[in-house]
Amino acid sequence: MIEIRDVSKSYGATPVLKGCSTTVAKGEVVVVCGPSGSGKSTLIKCVNGLEPFQQGRIVVDGVSVGDPATNLPRLRARVGMVFQHFELFPHMSVRRNLALAQVQVLGRSAEEADARGLKLLDRVGLAAHADKHPAQLSGGQQQRVAIARALAMDPVCMLFDEPTSALDPEMIGEVLDVMVELAREGMTMMVVTHEMGFARQVAQRILFMDQGEIVEDSPAGDFFAAPKSQRAQLFLSRILHH
Amino acid sequence: MDYHWNWGIFLEQVKAGEETYLHWLVTGLGWTLAVSLAAWLLALLLGITVGTLRTVPHKGLAVLGATWVELFRNIPLLVQMFLWFFVVPELLPPDWGLWVKQDMLAKEFVTAALCLGLFTSARVAEQVRAGVGSLARGQRDAALALGLTLPQAYRHVILPQALRIVIPPLTSEFMNVFKNSSIAFAIGVMELTFQARQMQEDSEQGIETYLAVTLLYFICAFAANRGMAWIEARSRVPGLIAKPG
Ligand SMILES: Nc1ncnc2c1ncn2[C@@H]1O[C@H](COP(=O)(O)OP(=O)(O)O)[C@@H](O)[C@H]1O
Ligand SMILES: [Mg+2]
Repeated sequence: MIEIRDVSKSYGATPVLKGCSTTVAKGEVVVVCGPSGSGKSTLIKCVNGLEPFQQGRIVVDGVSVGDPATNLPRLRARVGMVFQHFELFPHMSVRRNLALAQVQVLGRSAEEADARGLKLLDRVGLAAHADKHPAQLSGGQQQRVAIARALAMDPVCMLFDEPTSALDPEMIGEVLDVMVELAREGMTMMVVTHEMGFARQVAQRILFMDQGEIVEDSPAGDFFAAPKSQRAQLFLSRILHH
Repeated sequence: MDYHWNWGIFLEQVKAGEETYLHWLVTGLGWTLAVSLAAWLLALLLGITVGTLRTVPHKGLAVLGATWVELFRNIPLLVQMFLWFFVVPELLPPDWGLWVKQDMLAKEFVTAALCLGLFTSARVAEQVRAGVGSLARGQRDAALALGLTLPQAYRHVILPQALRIVIPPLTSEFMNVFKNSSIAFAIGVMELTFQARQMQEDSEQGIETYLAVTLLYFICAFAANRGMAWIEARSRVPGLIAKPG
């Protein structure tokens, strides 16, 4: 579903990604972890072309992201993305947040988009909040709306960039619950997170990144039992002791 | 001081005609409003466009926008007024120039509105650019990630937020348009300042004249302020606390 091969990127002279390669199969859940600044966000944003990359190749569902001939908006419409800071559109009601891209990008009618949006809102437990604005919701609620907004586009895979790290601790669970359910239903997911409980529960593979490199790419069980690299061991011991 | 006060002067007839001085001032107010509102409309249209172009990732458009802003911002408004009135028609192809000078309707008015509109558009553009720049990059990313094109992202996500942010600074630009419109008298638009000078000379009641004109300008600027405040209140987003300043 997602194939990343030898991808390198730099900002000016500073390399941020160095020869990253991995694949995410259909229905697979891959967790990406690593210290801050290691390039996790950059890598995940390369997957839907929000960040350009200078070398290598990324193919998502058969479409090459870096190819200048690729219709990026069309590709992005099929790849859901959830951000650390939710990024709901604050000037629109929840309902309109969910409908906007369905209507503008997929060409659905307003009624169709609204119905689909409400169904997904219901699924994340927020149907009662459809007519509120984002600023009237808690962080956890906003992130669940953001997930529903991405799902409303019927994506073939979902990218998450630290979806719970801006949340108060008591709200993390409600968001992870939605993500676990999604994983169980077979959604292909690439998730940047430090929630190791979530990773143990649903991830098939763990990528560990450091200084722009994918240092380790292991089945989840192996990673938690015995991380191969010293850097990953150190990282794990740090976050598990929190 | 032996100034002879006469507040009844406004209802007296002018020396060489039937109409009253009040009539002169009301006509002047009409032209002031016409020049200001036409200029403001032009300034909004062009300013939002140019300000937006300055924020898109395209070198050529950015240079174009920057040139626009610097050009209109760095020349005194009065000089711009004279340039548009006396110089630009000479630079046009000869038959166009002739048409402008001889046949164009309300030539002074059109020139004044165009000049003030372009001048103000540079200032509006700067505000719009700052407003777009103050939005976190995440909003743009989120819009694009949903599959919106960059123009769609601007139209539905970026500009509606940026324009809300710039309403307060745009309010003072709108008020400035009314005040700056007084410069139009220099090319012969019969607006408020022009009429005031004429009334002062004709009636020799300069103090009453200028106090009345001051009041009229004040009312215009104040109305502009209240109008923008109304728009700001109407466009307020539920749940968001208005940012101070
Ligand atoms: N726009 C940018 N310009 C220059 N450097 C950047 C930019 N964005 C990110 N970086 C750098 O790229 C590196 C990787 O960043 P990021 O992918 O955000 O890391 P992570 O998500 O793992 O914390 C960091 O060192 C960061 O400083
Ligand atoms: Mg990050």
